[in-house]
Amino acid sequence: MSKLSLIQAVNQALYHEMDRDPDMILLGEDIGLDGGVFRATDGLIQKFGEDRVVDTPLSESGIVGTAIGLAAYGLRPVAEIQFMGFLYGAMEQLISHAARIRSRSRGRYTCPLVVRTPYGGGIHAPELHSESTEAFFIHTPGLKVVVPSTPAEAKGLLLSAIRDPDPVIFLEPSKIYRAIKEEVPDGEHLIPLGEARVVAEGEDVSLITWGAMLHPSLEAAGKMAEKGVRAEVIDLRTLSPMDTGTIIQSVKKTGRAVIIHEAARTCGLGAEIAAVICEKALLSLEAPVLRVTGYDTPVPLPKTEKYYFPDCDQIIEAVEEVVQF
Amino acid sequence: MPKKTLQEFSVESIQILDENGKIDTTLLSQTDQISEKTLKSFYESMVLIRAIDEKALNLQRTGRMGTYASIQGQEAIQVGCAAALQPSDWCFPAFRATGLSVLRGTPIKVIYQYWSGDERGSEMQDGQHDFPISIPVGTHIPHAVGAAWGAKYKKDPIAVLTTFGDGATSKGDFHEGMNFAGVFKLPVVFVCQNNQWAISVPFSRQTAAKTIAQKAIAYGFEGIQVDGNDVLGIYTVTKNALEKARRGEGPTLIECLTYRLNDHTTADDASRYRTEEEVAIWQKKDPVLRLKTLIEKEYEWSESVDEALHAEVDRRVAEAVDAFEAIEPLNPLGMFDMLFETLSPELHDQRKKFTQRLGKLNKEESK
Ligand SMILES: Cc1ncc(C[n+]2csc(CCOP(=O)(O)OP(=O)(O)O)c2C)c(N)n1
Ligand SMILES: [Mg+2]
Repeated sequence: MSKLSLIQAVNQALYHEMDRDPDMILLGEDIGLDGGVFRATDGLIQKFGEDRVVDTPLSESGIVGTAIGLAAYGLRPVAEIQFMGFLYGAMEQLISHAARIRSRSRGRYTCPLVVRTPYGGGIHAPELHSESTEAFFIHTPGLKVVVPSTPAEAKGLLLSAIRDPDPVIFLEPSKIYRAIKEEVPDGEHLIPLGEARVVAEGEDVSLITWGAMLHPSLEAAGKMAEKGVRAEVIDLRTLSPMDTGTIIQSVKKTGRAVIIHEAARTCGLGAEIAAVICEKALLSLEAPVLRVTGYDTPVPLPKTEKYYFPDCDQIIEAVEEVVQF
Repeated sequence: MPKKTLQEFSVESIQILDENGKIDTTLLSQTDQISEKTLKSFYESMVLIRAIDEKALNLQRTGRMGTYASIQGQEAIQVGCAAALQPSDWCFPAFRATGLSVLRGTPIKVIYQYWSGDERGSEMQDGQHDFPISIPVGTHIPHAVGAAWGAKYKKDPIAVLTTFGDGATSKGDFHEGMNFAGVFKLPVVFVCQNNQWAISVPFSRQTAAKTIAQKAIAYGFEGIQVDGNDVLGIYTVTKNALEKARRGEGPTLIECLTYRLNDHTTADDASRYRTEEEVAIWQKKDPVLRLKTLIEKEYEWSESVDEALHAEVDRRVAEAVDAFEAIEPLNPLGMFDMLFETLSPELHDQRKKFTQRLGKLNKEESK
C-alpha cells in the first residue's frame, strides 16, 4: 500500500501493466519526456523507451484510428487524449470503427483499446477543457465507459479496462487528480468493470453519482445524516455497461432517488437512470426521481465556471424535496 | 513511354532582413519599397506587443489572470500579417495570437480579460472581421476557407487569413481546409507559425517532410517558407499572397519558420523537454532586436528615442491593466443568454432556477 493521488494511481497502473505486458504501448500528445500535461505518464518513457511510450503527431483522429489498428493487430494500445474536449476530433474513429470492429468482422477482429482522457471541470482551464460529455459514448453501442472517483478506484478500474477485450473510454476527473490521497494497493489491484459500488449505506434516499461528483454527494449525505436522513450513496464506476441491479436494489429499499452529474441535464446519463428506475422500481417510489446536474449550456470560462457544477447545497435541496414529498 | 516524371517541385525560402539586421536589397526591390515610416511603425508594434505579452505573464504570475500562451519570438509574424491585412479582410487566428489581435483592433484590456477566463474577452470590435481565437488546434482552418468561399460567392474584393501552428498541420482539418481552398480556388492565405514545438513535441514528430510549405503543392497551389523572425519578409510575402487572393488567383500557404521563446503556456515547463542551448540560439535571432539594429543603422534611432518609445508603451499597457482591473464582474447569466437567439422553455426554466440560486449564493458571499 502507498498513499497516492489519483494521477499517481493512474501512473502506477500504467507502469504495472507496461511491466507485465510487453504488447502494451502508450500513445498520445506530450506523453513522453513531458510525462503528459497532468503527468500521468511521468517517468514511463525513461523506463520503457520511445517505442512503447510514443509522442504522436497532433492528431486525435490519427491517435485513435491507429490505436484501433494496433489493437486489431494484437497489441494493447492505451491512448491518451489531452482533454476530453479534444476527443471530439476522433468521434468518427470511435463510433464508426472502435465500437464496431468486433461486430463488423463477426468476431474475427477485436478492439482491446483504452482511451484515457481527463474529464470534467473545475480546474480553471480554457474553453473546452472542462467537458463531461460521457453520454455521447454511453449512447454508442460497442463502447464501454468507465469513470473512477478515487485513487484506489482509478488503479483498479484502469487495470481492468486495459485487460478488457473491448474498447473502453476511461474518463479521469481532472478536478480530483490531486485533491485526494488514499492508500492504493501495490501490484495487482483489479476492480471488475460493470459493478457499481455502494459507498455509504442508507434507508431513506439513494444518491446515484460518479467521478468528481461523488465527493459533494458524500458531503451532502453527511450533512443530511445530522438531520436524521440516511442517504445511500452509489458510485456507478462503470457508466456503460451500467450496473442497473445495484441501482434498482437500492431504490427498492429507499423509495427515493436523486441522480447527480456534472454533465448537461438533457439526455445526460441521469435521464437513462431515471428511465430504468421507472421501468423496474416504479411501485417502490415514494417521490419523483430528481436530477442535480449541470445546465444545458457550455461550461463557462473560469471566471464563472463555479456556477455550473452541482454543489452540496443543491444536492441537499433535492434530497429534502424527495424526502418531504 | 512506360515511365515519365509528371511533376517536380521546389520550395523557396525567403529572408529579407537577416539576423544581423541587414537587408537583402535585391529581394526587397522586387516588391514595393518599405518606407522609413513603415519600418518604424513595425518596430513600434513589435515593442508594444512584446510589452503586452510580458505584462500578461506578470498578471498570470501574480494571480490576476489565468493560463496564458506567450507569443514571444513570434512577434514578426503577427506584425507582418496585421500590416499586410486590410481592415475589410477577415482573420481566423489560433490561440497564440495576442499581437495579431491587438493590431487588428482588440483593446489590450480585452486580451487580458479573455485570458482571465471572461467570455467578454472574445468580443470583437465593430468592423473587426475576426473570429475569436480557436482552442481546439487547427479546427478553425476550414472556417477561414468557408469565409473565403463566401467572399468569392458574393464577389467581395477581400481576402481571408488564418494562422495556426506547426502542430496544427497534423490535424485533418488543416488538410481538408487546404484541399477545399485549392479545389475551389478561394481567396485565403494560410499562415503557419512554425515555432518548431507543439508543447513538448518537436517539429520532427509532426511531419517527415522537410517543410510545411511544400504541403501546398499536393493541394495544387503555392507554398513558400519565410524566415519567421523577419518582419519584412513576412510582410512582403503575405501582402503579395493577399493581393493575389483578392485578384481571384487562389490560395497560398506561408510557412513562417520561427521559435517559441517561452514555455508553451504558463501551465507548462519547457525545461522538461528542450535545452537552454537551443533557446539561446533563437534568442540571438530575436525578431525585435533585429529590426532595432536595422533602424538604428539606417535612420536616426537613438537610445533616447528608444527609451521614449518604451516609456510610452509601458504607459499604454499600465493604462490597459487599470482598465482591465476596473471591469465590472461578469454576469453568470450570460451562459444562458448567449446560447440561442431565443431561449427554449426548458432553458428558460433552468435560467429561472439559476437566478434564484445565484441570489442565494450572492447573499451567502456577502455575509
Ligand atoms: C485538438 C487539440 N488537441 C490538443 C490540444 C492541446 N494543445 C494545446 S496547444 C497544443 C500544441 C499546439 O502546437 P502548435 O499547433 O504547433 O501551436 P503552438 O502552441 O506551437 O503555437 C496542444 C497539443 C488542443 N488545444 N487541441
Ligand atoms: Mg508550434
